[in-house]
Amino acid sequence: MKMLLVAEYRQKKLLESYTELLAFAGQFGAECAMFLVGDGAAELPKFAGRLYLADVATYGEYNPDAHKRLLLDVVAQEQPEMIVFSHSSYGWDLAPRLAASLKAAQVSEVVAVDAGRLVVPACNAKLRRTVAGNGAVTIATLQAGAFSLADAAAGSPEVIAVKGEGQGRVALLGYEAAEHGGVDLTKSEVIVSAGRGVGKPENITLVAGLAKALGGEYGASRPVVDAQWVEHNRQVGTTGLTVSPKLYVACGISGAVQHLAGMKKSEFVVAINTDRDAPIGDVADVFAVADLKQLLPVLTEKLQAL
Amino acid sequence: MKLLVCIKQVPDMESKFKIDTDGVWYDRGDLAWRMNEYDEYAVEQAVQVKEATGADLTVLCIGPDQVKETMKKALAMGCDRGVHIADDQSHRRDPFQIASLIAAFARDKGFDLIFTGMQSQDRGSGQVGVMAAELLGLPAVTTIVGFALAGNTITVKRELEGGVKATVEATLPALVTCQLGLNTPRYPTLPNIMKAKKKELLTVAAADLSPADALLNTVKLTFPEKKGGGVFLEGDVGEVADRLIRILKEKTSVLA
Repeated sequence: MKMLLVAEYRQKKLLESYTELLAFAGQFGAECAMFLVGDGAAELPKFAGRLYLADVATYGEYNPDAHKRLLLDVVAQEQPEMIVFSHSSYGWDLAPRLAASLKAAQVSEVVAVDAGRLVVPACNAKLRRTVAGNGAVTIATLQAGAFSLADAAAGSPEVIAVKGEGQGRVALLGYEAAEHGGVDLTKSEVIVSAGRGVGKPENITLVAGLAKALGGEYGASRPVVDAQWVEHNRQVGTTGLTVSPKLYVACGISGAVQHLAGMKKSEFVVAINTDRDAPIGDVADVFAVADLKQLLPVLTEKLQAL
Repeated sequence: MKLLVCIKQVPDMESKFKIDTDGVWYDRGDLAWRMNEYDEYAVEQAVQVKEATGADLTVLCIGPDQVKETMKKALAMGCDRGVHIADDQSHRRDPFQIASLIAAFARDKGFDLIFTGMQSQDRGSGQVGVMAAELLGLPAVTTIVGFALAGNTITVKRELEGGVKATVEATLPALVTCQLGLNTPRYPTLPNIMKAKKKELLTVAAADLSPADALLNTVKLTFPEKKGGGVFLEGDVGEVADRLIRILKEKTSVLA
């Protein structure tokens, strides 16, 4: 099997996620080439194979028209059976453009490989679909963290410079840094997070109270932050923070894939939820099937009395 | 100016899902249906543009007859008319086929701006909007959490990882896919719900739009395997709290 892996470069840095693409390719024993719009003078992906490198100074970090054309040229040369991206803001934006141009099947957010077939989540990870492309080429985007290399990436690629038309209809004007300030959840050993199940903003105090009793900080899932019940710098998940505390308590969080991606590396996970089928159960060490509005005050009081 | 917003009807994600007898999709009976959450932000943004510019706004939805219920909500939020692409098989179609239906309808209609959600809650492919733009030859920007229109130019914020945003500009006509948090979707008021009943709702048969052939097949749909080893605590909350504290003392160092 021949694969073309698409690495990413953002805010003047090569993203480490290319190693996840290599880990995925390893499961197929695939022969890999890689494509990157990056900086040849900076750090390059470590692997043994052909690296098709386009200069970021010419083609930009986000210029989907130009990146698609460059990729189409490389695809024509390499004739891969699979083209692999990260399921990231770069990958989910670029992959469907390539898929439409090639009339190739795209499989989004691959979480596993089952007998050579790709497995993706459906319905907020409550279900899993096993899928297969019909044509000669399949495009896949991989869920962040789903595949990882056992050993550090190694090797030096054979660099092949690629050039093409640099024009694009979408212009990147600049970046806006994440809001920080105040709390840094990534440094906290205990995080108690609020999800949609808290019901109303007043109940955030229950979650914050438990966090305090456990000597930790409180966080939240995306819907709670979108509702402005909790500040953005406390959001855990794909588009917020990735955390790995000693203890993570998920209160009223169903466990959407985007949230799981941000907390599944926690050492010990407690879920508090009324729905015992909630996907948060997939990563929970303890699942308290309870209404958080009843359990949290009792639990907090008992912890304070210790 | 002409606007199009594309929406999907999905089951409530809190539902208890069952696998359908064909083994490749969920059983569509006994489910509560609603507008795909991402699409609510797309509809709201489109309505805001309509209100600011006096543009004409069409809402499009593909699916069986029941999707008209969800379309009525979009009409009550402020869309001018609905186009229902009638298709009893839409849940079996892959993203490229759905995109081909949207493109077949939108082609030559002269839409200046097309809004979609960034993904659906059930399939979650995130492909349909971008593919429709490709088929229509339009520039597309995905995952927007900020939107401004000035003359013929849109300036949008894309949400990247780790809370970083990218500011991106494009010239109309264009397509954008909307992320949660882009705006605050309005609740339709009762007078607007009544008005929506009188709005035009046109039906086009999917077959008349010659959908593309499928590129992707679902081999099977399954429930994820539970991690195992997870302990369930149930019953009296006082007892649950005590057992939980005992486990935390045994298995973690946070109460030491």
